[in-house]
Amino acid sequence: MANHPQSGQQAEYYEGPPTLVKGEHSFHDITNLVSHHAEKKTPMAWLAAFSVASLGVVLLLTMLAYQVWNGVGVWGNNQPVAWGWPIVNFVFWVGIGHAGTLISAVLFLFRQSWRTSINRAAEAMTIFAVICALIFPTFHVGRVWVVYWMLPIPNQMEMWPQFKSPLLWDVFAVSVYFTVSLLFWYVGLVPDLATLRDRAKNIWRKRVLGFFSLGWTGANRHWRNYEKTYLILAGLATPLVLSVHSVVSFDFAVSIIPGWHTTIFPPYFVAGAIFSGFAMVMTLLVVARVIYNLKDLITLDHLEKMNIVILVTGSIVGFAYITEFFVAWYSMVEYEQYAFLNRAIGPYAWAYWIMMTCNLIAPQLFWVRRFRRSIPLMFAISIVVNIGMWFERFVITITSLHRDFLPSSWGYYTPTFVDIGTFIGSFGLFFFLFLLFLRFVPMVAVSEVKGVMPEADPHFYDDHGDGHSAGTPTPAPQPSGGTS
Amino acid sequence: MPQIFPKKANNLPVVSLVGTMFGGVLLILLVWYYFSPDFLWTGYQPSQPVEFSHRLHAGELGMDCQYCHNWVEVSSHANVPSTQTCMNCHNQIQTQSLKLLPVRESWASGRPIEWVKVHHLPDYAHFSHAGHVDAGVGCETCHGQISEMEVVYQAESLSMGWCLECHRQPELYLRPNEEITTMNYVQPADFVERNLERIREQGIQPPTNCSACHY
Repeated sequence: MANHPQSGQQAEYYEGPPTLVKGEHSFHDITNLVSHHAEKKTPMAWLAAFSVASLGVVLLLTMLAYQVWNGVGVWGNNQPVAWGWPIVNFVFWVGIGHAGTLISAVLFLFRQSWRTSINRAAEAMTIFAVICALIFPTFHVGRVWVVYWMLPIPNQMEMWPQFKSPLLWDVFAVSVYFTVSLLFWYVGLVPDLATLRDRAKNIWRKRVLGFFSLGWTGANRHWRNYEKTYLILAGLATPLVLSVHSVVSFDFAVSIIPGWHTTIFPPYFVAGAIFSGFAMVMTLLVVARVIYNLKDLITLDHLEKMNIVILVTGSIVGFAYITEFFVAWYSMVEYEQYAFLNRAIGPYAWAYWIMMTCNLIAPQLFWVRRFRRSIPLMFAISIVVNIGMWFERFVITITSLHRDFLPSSWGYYTPTFVDIGTFIGSFGLFFFLFLLFLRFVPMVAVSEVKGVMPEADPHFYDDHGDGHSAGTPTPAPQPSGGTS
Repeated sequence: MPQIFPKKANNLPVVSLVGTMFGGVLLILLVWYYFSPDFLWTGYQPSQPVEFSHRLHAGELGMDCQYCHNWVEVSSHANVPSTQTCMNCHNQIQTQSLKLLPVRESWASGRPIEWVKVHHLPDYAHFSHAGHVDAGVGCETCHGQISEMEVVYQAESLSMGWCLECHRQPELYLRPNEEITTMNYVQPADFVERNLERIREQGIQPPTNCSACHY
């Protein structure tokens, strides 16, 4: 991380362990700040947003029913572009679903305590994005009622999935990722659900929350088991961060289509996934922290750190775009060279240059500190990045297929209204689920945030003598830094 | 703080776990049993419009299968005999039998008897009787001991896995072509070697790829 020693504020920032929570908040304030959003009467604005999202869900269900009834032909997929928007959308959503586990597992293992304010929402986003992603391949199989054939279930036909196919690896990779993410999210939720339970007035609310908090009492023993479980799950989830999108990239890279058949795909896809995932977390949290008054928990410092991740991964992705061109030239393979030239100057050049502008150029603004800390700019860039990452998958999928080895079968892909409706509907489902999350679940990991406050340091009160000064405005810096 | 749950709630995890397991198994069994058509099961024995006894004709009288089902070596469909085939004999024998009344009616009116199909394969599976019979698959290998059935029933599962058992190891099932229609055929001791020999000579390679049957 670049250190700029010139400004006084900066120097203070790096002196001791960073103060991750701004303002004068006691532990109880933090609990209140987060919990009361799940306890108060449903706000009208939430209802309004929820209605809009529900309309999206209705649209999604209608489009899927229409597709099931009429067959996959209602989509724009056809020869030569047999993989159209459904696969583009699948990869797009799975990519978004990457930030959650990165923030919760990888940053946890690297002891990045700033993750505590954002991990809950990011993990929820991950789960919902993966649900949205799974819709597309599920319905893309055509006969959705036999979708269980994708799983190796013993059957009277003695028929097995093709274990040599990356599409099957994808089934395993994504379903394992979903299961572990859900488990991880839930385990992290248990202490906070118990807090909500203890605050609940209504006996049924108490019981429901009591059921889901698994009898948590906050005993030392519970915490010890909890910390161990969390660490184990983080260890399990970390390789998944790399494996899921690597396997998704195999769907393309294992084939022999020019433009897909490249070894750079796995790292390039993983970087792209983290890139788009962080952008989506940014989009959601920039709004949520204002509406839910969480500016003291999700501070500008947090957002800046996320912007740095976006800058780094965006640059990796941009580097990969350029490397692909280099390798196409260097390979001296005519078809490979044509595939990439066709991307940049062919019929889909518009999509290619949208992708380049959004993914490679836009995040470069974050080299400037002032831009990294500008809320409107980071909100705009986060949306631009997500548009760009959708177009990346569009470019990879469509341009590589639309002109294959036989010029007689060249074509131009156009989506149908069902493609567009299903995609818009998937956003409806995503926001439907995310709004439910914001309404009923503590959206910040309360217990973890408390753990990284200076007061959580066993030696915090040593300097204060009286031991009753929780929430002192200027906690003394602790060079030993035991803030875990 | 008062307890949220009554003491008996301690049983809830066990009850719900066991309940889910039993309920799940029960649900699968119920759906399996009630939602699958009868003809998917061995033992499917629909009643036929004529009280025709395979046990009498093929068993006691020892008639060859191919007297009636005479197209099996040539056609992909094994034919059900026409009324004329029945009448070849029955214009002489048992001419007054009440059991044969529908046959005589059919003969007089020219309307075929509507036999009920016993052995169903799905529409998307192509099957040729000729191909199998000519390669040495006996009638009883798939249809069972027809000569002992009063009314024909389905003896084998006819599932894809069952098909594949033979397609993967035909040497365990084939027999000489002159024994195709024999019931209760006993294979000679060295039949596997003989079959392997035949498979080599005639180049019998039962396909196991999807498009062999599903096209």
